[in-house]
Amino acid sequence: MAAATEKYKSDGTTAGNLLEWLDARFPLMSLWRDHLAGYYAPKNFNFWYFFGSLAMLVMVLQIVTGVFLVMHYKPDASLNAAGVPVAFASVEYIMRDVPWGWLIRYMHSTGASAFFIVVYLHMFRGLLYGSYRKPRELIWLVGVVIFLVLMGTAFMGYLLPWGQMSYWGAQVILNLVTVIPGIGQDLGVWLRGDYVVGDATLSRLFSLHYLLPVLIVPALVMVHLIALHEVGSNNPDGIEIKKHKDANGIPLDGIPFHPYYTVKDIVGVVVFFMVFSVVLFFMPEAGGYFLEANNFFPADPMVTPPHIAPVWYFGPFYSILRANTVNFFWIDAKLWGVIFMGLGVLVFFFLPWLDKSPVKSIRYRGPLYKGALAIFVVSFFVLGYLGMLAPTPGRTLVAQVCTILYFAFFLLMPIYTALDKCKPEPERVTG
Amino acid sequence: MKKFLLACLCFPLLAFASGAELHLDRAPARDRDYAALQNGAKVFVNYCLNCHGASYMRYNRLRDIGLSEAQIRDNLLFTAEKVGEPMAIAMRRADGKQWFGAAPPDLSVIARARASEFGSGADWLYTYLRGFYRDDSRPTGWNNTVFANVGMPHVLWELQGEQTMGADHHLTLTKPGLLQPAEYDAMVADLVGFLVYISEPIANFRKELGVVVLIGLTILFVFAYALKREYWRDVH
Repeated sequence: MAAATEKYKSDGTTAGNLLEWLDARFPLMSLWRDHLAGYYAPKNFNFWYFFGSLAMLVMVLQIVTGVFLVMHYKPDASLNAAGVPVAFASVEYIMRDVPWGWLIRYMHSTGASAFFIVVYLHMFRGLLYGSYRKPRELIWLVGVVIFLVLMGTAFMGYLLPWGQMSYWGAQVILNLVTVIPGIGQDLGVWLRGDYVVGDATLSRLFSLHYLLPVLIVPALVMVHLIALHEVGSNNPDGIEIKKHKDANGIPLDGIPFHPYYTVKDIVGVVVFFMVFSVVLFFMPEAGGYFLEANNFFPADPMVTPPHIAPVWYFGPFYSILRANTVNFFWIDAKLWGVIFMGLGVLVFFFLPWLDKSPVKSIRYRGPLYKGALAIFVVSFFVLGYLGMLAPTPGRTLVAQVCTILYFAFFLLMPIYTALDKCKPEPERVTG
Repeated sequence: MKKFLLACLCFPLLAFASGAELHLDRAPARDRDYAALQNGAKVFVNYCLNCHGASYMRYNRLRDIGLSEAQIRDNLLFTAEKVGEPMAIAMRRADGKQWFGAAPPDLSVIARARASEFGSGADWLYTYLRGFYRDDSRPTGWNNTVFANVGMPHVLWELQGEQTMGADHHLTLTKPGLLQPAEYDAMVADLVGFLVYISEPIANFRKELGVVVLIGLTILFVFAYALKREYWRDVH
């Protein structure tokens, strides 16, 4: 942020000379300055501001543990001598015969759910404090793209253990494209690489499960951060700290990210690891939510489980998919389901332009937005819960109501945010 | 703000009637009872490990439950030559499918696979192995209370005896076996304990390590928090 462009000058020591040599050839000091020691963040970040750095931590954790899992995992659907699919057996091999393999595997499986927990909380922070509003629209858009890629990555990763839920979950989701009129069936075969989910599907999803998170997600996260550091962070008051600067151009309510927020985030990281460890070491299945019991049965194309449930983090979107039970406008109910499920994610892209409120933070918003957000959160939870249960007529009705409420939050936003009675924003952050 | 969050958290818990109820008995824990687990291993290799394999489990891993390699080799090594080999079986899956209608599943992780909202996998197995009753309409002559029309005959019938299903859907022991009912239940509990153990042999160590990790993180938290306090002293 600081416009200083001067290069590092050595103090004569060997380390200083090396640093000068490096900085003359690579913008080391200016990167450090722009993104850490000279990046001024609002001083009033609260609890909700831990989840951005935690999401990055979990990303690194998933990549590192994933790289080690690949060393013993085999994406092979053929049966071994004992009649078990090689892929399934290789996961159990990691759990038993690879030294510390169980720990790496549990870190990865717990990390997948942890990733969605921190990302959902990170996104909810955006809704609370209007972090998607001008001038941060692009940060939000990139963030939604990261969320989309994350969902794709998680879906593909879930196939790899090649258990019953892996197999039938992939079958259900990949079959969604077959509802597209005309080309659907061919598209399904093209995606699966076979007429059914099989070895070809496993291998290609494994390939992409490696490519997306290792190459694409870190690149997107860098864009997300560069865009953030260009416009500066929002804060719980939803006001711009850059409006009040001192003589040196430093925001009066800003503090350098390093060391202030680095030491604060270390506390967040330690607390995160404590919660993470409680799950990992004492309840790695998390009651069937992180590791489903049915996935301890090897994939069997001949046996369809009575109830195919997605992992919890896909629950809300799966519920929206199933909630559409009526054919209208000559379009099949299933196709509507797919369309609404897609819109359920894509609608987040439009958020910056749907919100017409004069204020950003929930602290100064009126009762309409607070009520709407509460209803949205409730319907998101109910949809998520219903998504994991087998449908009954009563549950489908509740899911339909919640789907309408879910979309109403977005579609009615231009109206209720414009009508809302907001409180005046303060000039300076309130801590 | 706080009220708002509270309202979000306490979202109306809707009462949803669930489908078919499955009543399961609680399996007694055998986590660290090595004598019981060794007894379970004995029952397992004598009665199960012929049709069912435990192919992810190596014989010498049973040192976990207090056995020496020599003890394993002399008493349990029925289906392998070397103590480092997995507990696999010779029966071919195609044959098993022909004989029983379905190939007998590998039991390495069965205790994890059978967990459900009705109880743990151990509860399911404990109820299942005590829930066989005479049913002449079945090819094997046996049926089961938790696994209707199961392909497996009652392999432990000599020990338990014969149960019949009454009109009130309760089982009664009509022909006693070699063991008293309480003895049979205890033996099944040992066997189930063993199945739980082989489903995740690292489980006991995992929990021990978890305690150490949490103590370490708590100490780290104290220092991290003190560091943060120190740095933030001048922020107002």
